[in-house]
Amino acid sequence: MSKRLIDLQHISKSYDGQMVLDDLNLYIRENEFLTLLGPSGCGKTTTLRIIGGFETPDTGNVIFDGRDITSLAPNERQLNTVFQKYALFPHMSIAENIAFGLKIRKKSKAYIADKIRYALKLVNLDGFENRSVDSLSGGQQQRIAIARAIVNEPKILLLDEPLGALDLKLRQDMQYELIRLKNELGITFIYVTHDQEEALTMSDTIVVMNQGYIQQIGTPEDIYNEPTNAFVADFIGESNIINGTMLQDRLVRILDVVFPCVDVGFGNDTPVDVVIRPEDVELVEPERGMLQGDVTSLIFKGVHWETEVLANGYEWLVHTTQMHPVGTHVGILVDPYNIQIMNKPESNDEKAVEIDA
Amino acid sequence: MRNLKRQLLAGPYILWMAGFIVLPTLVILYYGFTTTSGNFSLLNVTSIAFSVHLKALVLSLKLALSCTVICLVLSYPLAMILNSMKSKSQGLIVFIFILPMWMNFMLRILAWRLLLSNNGVINSLLGALSLPGLDILNTPKAVVFCMVYDFLPFMVLPIYNAMARIQPDIIEAAKDLGAGNITIFFKIIVPLTMSGVISGIIMVFVPALTSFAISDLLGGGKVLLIGNVIEQAFMQEYNWNLGSGLSVVLMVFVIASMALMNSHGDEGGGTFA
Repeated sequence: MSKRLIDLQHISKSYDGQMVLDDLNLYIRENEFLTLLGPSGCGKTTTLRIIGGFETPDTGNVIFDGRDITSLAPNERQLNTVFQKYALFPHMSIAENIAFGLKIRKKSKAYIADKIRYALKLVNLDGFENRSVDSLSGGQQQRIAIARAIVNEPKILLLDEPLGALDLKLRQDMQYELIRLKNELGITFIYVTHDQEEALTMSDTIVVMNQGYIQQIGTPEDIYNEPTNAFVADFIGESNIINGTMLQDRLVRILDVVFPCVDVGFGNDTPVDVVIRPEDVELVEPERGMLQGDVTSLIFKGVHWETEVLANGYEWLVHTTQMHPVGTHVGILVDPYNIQIMNKPESNDEKAVEIDA
Repeated sequence: MRNLKRQLLAGPYILWMAGFIVLPTLVILYYGFTTTSGNFSLLNVTSIAFSVHLKALVLSLKLALSCTVICLVLSYPLAMILNSMKSKSQGLIVFIFILPMWMNFMLRILAWRLLLSNNGVINSLLGALSLPGLDILNTPKAVVFCMVYDFLPFMVLPIYNAMARIQPDIIEAAKDLGAGNITIFFKIIVPLTMSGVISGIIMVFVPALTSFAISDLLGGGKVLLIGNVIEQAFMQEYNWNLGSGLSVVLMVFVIASMALMNSHGDEGGGTFA
């Protein structure tokens, strides 16, 4: 494993008495694509701004490459930021924008010219040197913002919801672009977003945050398949989150039906949260189902049908490739390994919060 | 049909403009280029070359320029301080700042005449503190001082507006790229507020160049500006032709200075330019 490049130790920050980050600990390895993911107000942008030097934490230290940089100004840090609204300098040409950081570092003219050409090529905007900022589309401006940051050869690139202002198609293209850039440049990316799909597509590591606390750290697969609590399950993709009781190892009671599962170590007769992804619910003939219900809603989503089934008092969300018209009586089947059991939140930092999905 | 209705809405303003801007200008041009008997003549305009007129024009330019420079030097830091304050207190400071503008222009000048006089409040106060008195009344200094007092808001507000429009993340981006405060000031803030500076310069320089009331009341008859010369031609000598001729010359200077400034501010972000 590569070494730790950034180490955030016991970071706390509050504004006007409102706690934004509470004793946050996080490290980021060299060459990692790490995403801070969470709803607005979860503290992800504040975390990024503390790393960038735009905010000073109330307590705690920021260690960069073994050195404490907590009180260092942004212009003294070896990292660069790509801002949400691009923040290009409107009175400068594209070339001047890209050259800004290099001129401050007193690089030679030839070096700067070389770098500008290289950076524009990298973001697929060759020949844009003399264009004005106004003449560029949002996506092009964002590429220039990236070019302007990476010519300085930072060890870390901070990206604050850089695709938030772009339309869907462009956003998807830019996601692949960013992955390619990261691989070509070999620098660490710290990416902030509230878009779970973006996070799943691009990241090596996802940090799910809520209300100033880290909820879960893991690979996209971990986060999606093994959410540690109801908040993460709800925030990452859609899910059925149901109250259940763990009867004993490998047996859980949900909606008065006992399901076999694969989880162990929760004790006997423990109340738990049960997560079942909508694509893991199988709709079968009523007699084959573990429980039976009626289809209450059916929406075509392209790849699948989004079906809602009322069974044993719970509205199940089901993604299926087969159409079951509203009113159909169906059976519900779930494989044991598709049932995810989670402890009910006990302490403040585990508390799952209702969000608008 | 709808278009016609819309154009009708502009009617009152067009009438106003024709009656109170276009017509008087034409009248001035007519008087300026004719003699008392109504014959065409360039004499009124060329009389600007008379030494007394030329001296007044040069002094006007000098004082207007000093006033503009002082306003600019005072305004820039003020606008920066204003911009860095919380929006709530910003409103209050701007309010306090423009409060004197709600008072009559003549009243303000007369107040300064009293304040600056030998037995005035300022000198009494200085005397009480055994400090040397301020003897600037009836000098060009007093005129410039009062001009600055009167016209400063016209410089501060457009610069402040331009500064408030700079997105905070632009400044952060510059910092992020390694810029210190001095670089940020000269490479980012100054260029991005240039439109406001140009508006401010025009809004201060032009009225300062054409003013006559301030020099009349605070100059004690010793400070003769081109505005005073024109006023005297109209009001004392009843020579409308000379007054108009000199007005035409002054207008040329006003238009030239505006054109010069506007050619530097083609970004179009200014409040008035």
